Amino acid sequence: MTTTLLRIATAGSVDDGKSTLVGRLLHDAKAILADSLDDLARTSAERGFGGSAGTLDLALVTDGLRAEREQGITIDVAYRYFSTDKRSFILADCPGHVQYTRNTVTGASTADAAIVLVDARHGVLEQTRRHLGVLALLRVPQLVIAVNKMDLIDWDEAAFSQIEAEVLALAGELGLKSTTVIPVSALQGDNIVDPSASAHWYAGPTLLGLLEDIEPRLGGGTARLDVQYVIRPQGALAPGLDPDAYRDYRGYAGTLVDGSLAVGESVQVLSNGQPVSSRIKAISTPAGTAHRAQAGDAIVVELETDLDIARGDTIVAGELPTAHREFQANICVLDPVKLTSGQRLLIKHGTKVAAAKLSTIEYVINVADYSQQPAHSLELNDLGRITLRSQAALAIEQYATSRTGGSFLLIDPATGRTLAAGIIEENNEAA
Amino acid sequence: MTITANAPAGTQRSVLDALEAETIHIIREVLAEFDKPGLLFSGGKDSVVVLHLLAKAVSPGRVPIPVVHIDTGHNFAEVLNFRDAVVEKYGLNLVVGSVQEYIDRGELAELPDGTRNRLQTRVLLDTIESNGFDVVFGGARRDEDKARAKERILSLRDEFGVWDPRNQRPEIWSLYNGRHEPDWHVRAFPISNWTERDIWAYIQRENIELPPIYFAHCRQVFERDGMWRALTSVSQPNADEPVVVKQVRYRTVGDASCTGAVLSAADTVAKVLDELAVATITERGATRADDRISAAGMEDRKTEGYF
Repeated sequence: MTTTLLRIATAGSVDDGKSTLVGRLLHDAKAILADSLDDLARTSAERGFGGSAGTLDLALVTDGLRAEREQGITIDVAYRYFSTDKRSFILADCPGHVQYTRNTVTGASTADAAIVLVDARHGVLEQTRRHLGVLALLRVPQLVIAVNKMDLIDWDEAAFSQIEAEVLALAGELGLKSTTVIPVSALQGDNIVDPSASAHWYAGPTLLGLLEDIEPRLGGGTARLDVQYVIRPQGALAPGLDPDAYRDYRGYAGTLVDGSLAVGESVQVLSNGQPVSSRIKAISTPAGTAHRAQAGDAIVVELETDLDIARGDTIVAGELPTAHREFQANICVLDPVKLTSGQRLLIKHGTKVAAAKLSTIEYVINVADYSQQPAHSLELNDLGRITLRSQAALAIEQYATSRTGGSFLLIDPATGRTLAAGIIEENNEAA
Repeated sequence: MTITANAPAGTQRSVLDALEAETIHIIREVLAEFDKPGLLFSGGKDSVVVLHLLAKAVSPGRVPIPVVHIDTGHNFAEVLNFRDAVVEKYGLNLVVGSVQEYIDRGELAELPDGTRNRLQTRVLLDTIESNGFDVVFGGARRDEDKARAKERILSLRDEFGVWDPRNQRPEIWSLYNGRHEPDWHVRAFPISNWTERDIWAYIQRENIELPPIYFAHCRQVFERDGMWRALTSVSQPNADEPVVVKQVRYRTVGDASCTGAVLSAADTVAKVLDELAVATITERGATRADDRISAAGMEDRKTEGYF
């Protein structure tokens, strides 16, 4: 069996015990080596953690920066790696307090699954609603709700069932179809890697057991390759290759983000909105020439016909994305700025960067109750809906069908800073 | 409680295929969007893997950017020879920033402990500036260190080369934004998501050549701070540190004055992988004296402009 890679993100705050949960997961999955454990034990002891000898403050595992350890806070998204016999994991640990939206969007944008923490003593809070709202907006395929600190409510089954019902209702309201709720104690290690001895009434999976069984997201649908880089090696061929064989070589390098492509297949090339037909002549993958490539492969394709194709153009097979100069989208503001109507921006969509203008702010989304309110500007951590105009026609798709075709960045033309992340959704009932 | 349907069988990608594709995607974005990229190349396994992937990303074209070696002057001869052979094999341009020349000119002073890792930073920043690089690729991985776990794939550095962990650019989906102000530059870390084990498994799969010091060999060493140090002109024992011959290998390759060897009989990639499967100490913890200074050793060097 091939081991697969699963990308997960966590959402929750220090108060929910998120750092402890991540630390517990890594510790019990044996992902912390002896010297790091010694380091952990020393720092735990210095801080007088737990009062008794040998108790580890597992929250320290994820705090990498001096200020984080000194202040007991988590500043930025940290990436952690661990593996079991079944698969490898990349865990994006997103801090809950400071700039939670920005951090959660960053961590969850590439996630196959997200873990949201709920404190068993407090149940669903406004913060839980916020996290679920952002995860729904990003369409994270699988959600795991870890109801933590069950030890502090004596593993009360009725209390857990009530939280579970509440969370599942909320998830349903947000269109989050795949949600699993698990009672855990991160501090004591119950139901994280090992099953709980206290929750005799719980027959479901442990957190790690569940994560091991989740299938990673696969890009289906229309084959889409945004051209990153045109390879014309004439005069600059890799050593050892025969110049005659590559005299007329022109390869279009990019990642096949959705669907699959095969040699001989008809394709359309979208250049500034205009489709031109051609056919796949050859495909190279990192392993060599191939007859077929599938979603996720970083490939180079050659076409049957000589076309003027550049970075930013899109090669598709199957249903054609429509080219748009004006469209509505949901955005999340990631920079301390004020975005207003009429503002000039750059948009990065796929591999294309174009001048853009924010035409209208339609509304701001209140992430606590998901209501829409009129707004004149959008600020850091705001989620809002806008109408955008682009100088170039963009081959956009709905985010629900293509994460790449349906997402973009808004960039400040003067400083280059990333101002906002955008999601193209026709219907906007999710958020 | 619901779990959605499984994906169709036969469409699962292996970990190495997924990481390889991600890295090639990042490399192509950087090559396309920046004016003057360079590749930091130490001859260490991580930079060798980045070069291998860079060559794949542009194949059948030639690697279109120079390799940059920040030479501490405290090299293992095997690694320098390896570097020159690689430059020859790929037909590369080599740019060398020499710490020794800075010391000879009196622009840098030798540290009291004689190590030069920290002295590299000034030379690195000057080399980037004098060659006009707007981006340099590096082989740093997030699993190496706590501070690196917070590093972005495209990491912005201001005009002083400083890394500001509190003010990092969000990195969303696979949309990398490397735009920056004119006197800033970017460090691109395309193998951020690989672990030490992934690197070795990939070296095995792709049959990638490495400097021989990564594999078990007999060497004159002495023990200091629980690490085996090679006996070289820049690494001399104190009176109470007897020199012995041991079978060792290196897990990382750095300044010979502060990189330690581990006792090992692993003389092939497969044996190294077996050894890693039961390793109990992280690679930097096992072999880098410079990382043992404090828990924030790496963070401090990074904020000064280190890799």
